[in-house]
Amino acid sequence: MSKANRFVGSPVERLEDLRLLRGRGRFVDDLTAEGVLNAVILRSPVAHGIIKGIDTSAALAIPGVVAVLTAEEIGRPVPTIPIRLFASKLTEPLEQPCIADRKVRYVGEPVVLVIAESQAIAEDACDAVVLDIETLPPVVTREAAEKGQSLLFDELGTNRCARFTAIKGDADDAFRNAAYRRRERFGVHRHTAVFMEGRGLLAEWFEEEGKLVVQGGAKVPFATRKALSKQMNLPEDKIEVHEADTGGGFGSRGEFYPEDFLIPFAARYVGKPIKWVEDRREHLACSNHSRETEVEAEIACDKNGMVLGLRGTAFVDSGAYVRTNGLINPRNVSQFMSGPYHVPNINIVTDFYLSNKGPVGTYRGPGRYETDYVRERLFDMAANDLGIDRVEFRRRNLVREDQMPYQLPQIVETKSGDELDSGNYEVTLDQCLAEFKWAEKVEKYDGKLIDGRYHGLGLHCFIEGGAAGPKENARLVLEKSGNVSVYVGSSQVGQGVVTVLTQIAADALEMPMDKIAIFHGSTTGTKEGFGSFHSRSTVMGGSAIVVAAASLQKLMREAAGRRFNCAPGEVTLEDGKAQGPGGKSLTFAELAEEDISIEESFFNHKHTWAYGTHATHIAVDPQTGQVEVLEYVAVEDVGRMVNPLTLGGQAVGAIVQGLGGTFLEHLIYDGEGQLLTGTFADYLLPTAGDFPRIRAIMTGNYPSPINPLGVKGAGEGGIIPVGGIMANAIASALRSFNVQPLELPLSPPRIWKLIDDARPAEAAE
Amino acid sequence: MKLPPFEYACPATLDEAIALLASRDGDAKAISGGQSLMPILAFRLASPSLLVDLKKLKGLDQIKIDASGITLGAKVSWRQIEDDKRLATAHPLLQEMISHVAHYQIRNRGTVGGSIAHADPAAEMPGFSVTCDAKIVVKGSSGERIIPAGEFFEGPLMTVLEADELITEIRLPPWPAARRWGMLEFARRRGDFAMGGVAVFYDLDAQGRAVDAHVGVIGAGSIPHRVPGAEAAINGTTVDETAILAAAKAAAAGVEPLTDIHASAAYRRNLISVLLERALRAAVAR
Amino acid sequence: MPTSKHRAVFEVNGKAVDIEVESRTTLSDCLRHQLRLTGTHVGCEHGVCGACTIIIDGAAVRSCLTLAVQADGSQITTVEGISFDEGLTPLQTAFRKHHALQCGFCTPGMLMTAHALLTENPDVDEEGIRHVLSGNICRCTGYIPIIQAVLEARAAYKKPENA
Repeated sequence: MSKANRFVGSPVERLEDLRLLRGRGRFVDDLTAEGVLNAVILRSPVAHGIIKGIDTSAALAIPGVVAVLTAEEIGRPVPTIPIRLFASKLTEPLEQPCIADRKVRYVGEPVVLVIAESQAIAEDACDAVVLDIETLPPVVTREAAEKGQSLLFDELGTNRCARFTAIKGDADDAFRNAAYRRRERFGVHRHTAVFMEGRGLLAEWFEEEGKLVVQGGAKVPFATRKALSKQMNLPEDKIEVHEADTGGGFGSRGEFYPEDFLIPFAARYVGKPIKWVEDRREHLACSNHSRETEVEAEIACDKNGMVLGLRGTAFVDSGAYVRTNGLINPRNVSQFMSGPYHVPNINIVTDFYLSNKGPVGTYRGPGRYETDYVRERLFDMAANDLGIDRVEFRRRNLVREDQMPYQLPQIVETKSGDELDSGNYEVTLDQCLAEFKWAEKVEKYDGKLIDGRYHGLGLHCFIEGGAAGPKENARLVLEKSGNVSVYVGSSQVGQGVVTVLTQIAADALEMPMDKIAIFHGSTTGTKEGFGSFHSRSTVMGGSAIVVAAASLQKLMREAAGRRFNCAPGEVTLEDGKAQGPGGKSLTFAELAEEDISIEESFFNHKHTWAYGTHATHIAVDPQTGQVEVLEYVAVEDVGRMVNPLTLGGQAVGAIVQGLGGTFLEHLIYDGEGQLLTGTFADYLLPTAGDFPRIRAIMTGNYPSPINPLGVKGAGEGGIIPVGGIMANAIASALRSFNVQPLELPLSPPRIWKLIDDARPAEAAE
Repeated sequence: MKLPPFEYACPATLDEAIALLASRDGDAKAISGGQSLMPILAFRLASPSLLVDLKKLKGLDQIKIDASGITLGAKVSWRQIEDDKRLATAHPLLQEMISHVAHYQIRNRGTVGGSIAHADPAAEMPGFSVTCDAKIVVKGSSGERIIPAGEFFEGPLMTVLEADELITEIRLPPWPAARRWGMLEFARRRGDFAMGGVAVFYDLDAQGRAVDAHVGVIGAGSIPHRVPGAEAAINGTTVDETAILAAAKAAAAGVEPLTDIHASAAYRRNLISVLLERALRAAVAR
Repeated sequence: MPTSKHRAVFEVNGKAVDIEVESRTTLSDCLRHQLRLTGTHVGCEHGVCGACTIIIDGAAVRSCLTLAVQADGSQITTVEGISFDEGLTPLQTAFRKHHALQCGFCTPGMLMTAHALLTENPDVDEEGIRHVLSGNICRCTGYIPIIQAVLEARAAYKKPENA
């Protein structure tokens, strides 16, 4: 067998599908255990208040109810959810207690945990609990958050919980001398991941061994174990966290939530296995929200449309607490405003404010969807004001290949920067224009009224980051069968990680895919693991496998050398056999009589940057405000493709998620902090009929220099441009009305109102 | 989201069903397809002590068509209406309207009687029955009542149906073959409850002028209703552009839509007007 | 408040079932937890997402909007019932080929809906498929590969011309 690359780069059909298509998945609610009990959580019905009393006596009296737990039974101080990324002394007091203690801060906050023989009985018991909560004025709007008359945390003295300032060059100086400036205020609405399978856990306590086993962990099982170890005062080696099949993640699933403590705690408290599965109402109110951002941004250009600077201030809503990765959102809003463009001077200050709404975390393309919306809107406005074609405007400002690695702004508070790794951004721009037939379509459709609808085109260049460090582990074991088991710290969130990592391992080991088994998402597989976020599993898990595969092959050659009495360098590993001089040969199974295994880490302190361009053609019905997406083309370069089938699938899926967020999805709160879109009849996800014409063209032309595979993290990119491109296309379609959509979502009533307000004479007629 | 506790009964006759409904002092609920009731139970927005399943009741699942009109048994499903080839000519508006109801799986199980009893102001069947002068036949402990659809709905999810009454039939007047009609609705996604919907029909007299125009709206207020102003703007005209625009304007004036999270009253008012304008153009072209 | 218990006799995937169910148990919960047929998934429990779609007496329905006791006397098919012990059916093969699933959670509902649709109408066009599948939510794929897969699977449902 040659060293030829056989599987990486091929559209290999997924291994996962064979189970999932036959109803043989093992999702968390499919799991059970002997004597299992069900948990249901009674959640705060008010957004802000003081708990005066909790009467659980009627609930406890219901037959089948086993336990009813409050902060009292759990014990004070109630453990809090640790902040996983960018934690500081300042944010520590703002961590969420796993069950409300004395104060409630959002509708949906856990207040009482009921354990019963069935979920239905536990829900009956929740209905029987009497809560006495004295309400406080809720902080729902930005104005109320900033004003601070009502505080979520009195001891903080303000509702502002963090600030991230991105600095590059001297923005004020650049703006002083700029030929062109424009300032606008943009709003992005609260929406989020909303994966199809609710979160869930099955926790079992083994009293004799003093051991806790949790199934249903996801994304970052090692981080979950670490948190649980502290909260439950158990050594880490007495806790196992395993993932089940996961029905979607998109950044939200697998972060540590209150239930990740409550259910294991209850399992130990009651001494029985306990299962909890989040229902849809809980999911919409309580799983991490995201995206709620307002930006006042200003662009400065010279008269040729060269961008001189971007500056501005941003407000990001944190919800009621600072959760595990919530700080990523404001940090990214500051850091990534310039996207794929050379912007010499930047000053963006983003403030993160608490409010009495669901706490936020990351959602696919966190902070990037928001900033791309702002930047690309400003670029279209600037190009239009300066009389420069919007394609040309972008072309002039894209970071050039000879500028790589390209420095992004520094974040003052964290003293951290970032740099773009590689690529030729103009190539994907041109490829997208050609695929879309941009020039022809601009001529034919843009801004034209055709059969009662205004047509518009939009174009958007973007980058997506991936490959977060610090490292990832892979442990390879040559099994007695001669096959190789690969244990990796990465997790699966529905992205096909088994298939992709099998392809990588098969190439690295020069073995067929069916001789390799991937094990992932378990704290028992590797010494350490870092999981799947920031588009890192292919880059980090894949690279760890490549490193470990080389070490395993070295061990195999050494073992064979000992048996053949030759130097390891004389041994070849081919076709399932180790061969030495003089025709000596051992099958891998024979070689495995000696234990051969190795765990290695791949370290990385830089990020990969996939990049691309999207183009779209839309039509607006001016009488209803309805927007139809007639065509959408995405081109993205990911350095090197591992599996074009799964990669392209994620791009299209991400685009449709982005369209959902841009047009349909909205987590709406009323003035009292009640969530008004708590069902699937109100929180509108895209369906099969909504966005039928989307194409994604993925390329692997410019490998990343920072990992042995040359791959870049991908899968989030598709969502990033969608808000910006759609608002730009609508503005272009409606140019005769001279209106600018500045607020998302682009719902029919909002578009209709833009048009209606622009023609008062006609309306009055 | 597990259902609250309730008892279940599955009577074999209509009289037994009515007796069961009457036995709980207003606390029993009928269930047939369950497509409206089950979500309400899942959210525990209602907690009846008894569900009376209409599954075994015979003779309520027929579509009858004769010279006197069309009779839909209360248990007729959306799917039956969709698949009944006779209705393409016997009542094309019914089939068109029903094509907007929910999704495939719900259409297989949901029933016309259930939708009318549920009385969602944005639902198609209540709006259709009001527009088409349907008569709702109900039966209860005190006998049978025949209620004009226009008097049946009292508010969102509220009707004149008594706790011990069941809808048995929906009776529709005959549909002349030459009748002109149009029906449009606007929803955020296909199958969603309408943000607004309009059904219109009229007949033409010997001079080609519209007579007996009916305009009904859904999603434009607390109950589905007809819009007399719009009807008056159509009657007696040749339904030319002037009449169409006048009717559309009258429709905007003739509705009192609500503002909710999905749209403002102003938007809905405009929507009804636009939909009627377009539905009338379709009627003319048909 | 009391509930009542009822005997329910029905057929699931060709096998006779004779069980006692609680009045308030939905058919989806009965299949999943009482009969341990966990291939049918529950995504919203209020009749919007379609993950729990099964086939009752030939018609695709949402099993979360049906009481288990209402299944008495019916014939039920779940994803387990349209699957082979080994290998994939033509519909499943098309799903795999077109990468019509990512996380796989909505997939059983998609398959059951598509199976019912293609059984009724193997000539359905793309618009018809989109219309019917709009009652099943998928959060991963963006639907395009699902539509391609169902279009391709039509061939396997067509009756032989000369039969």
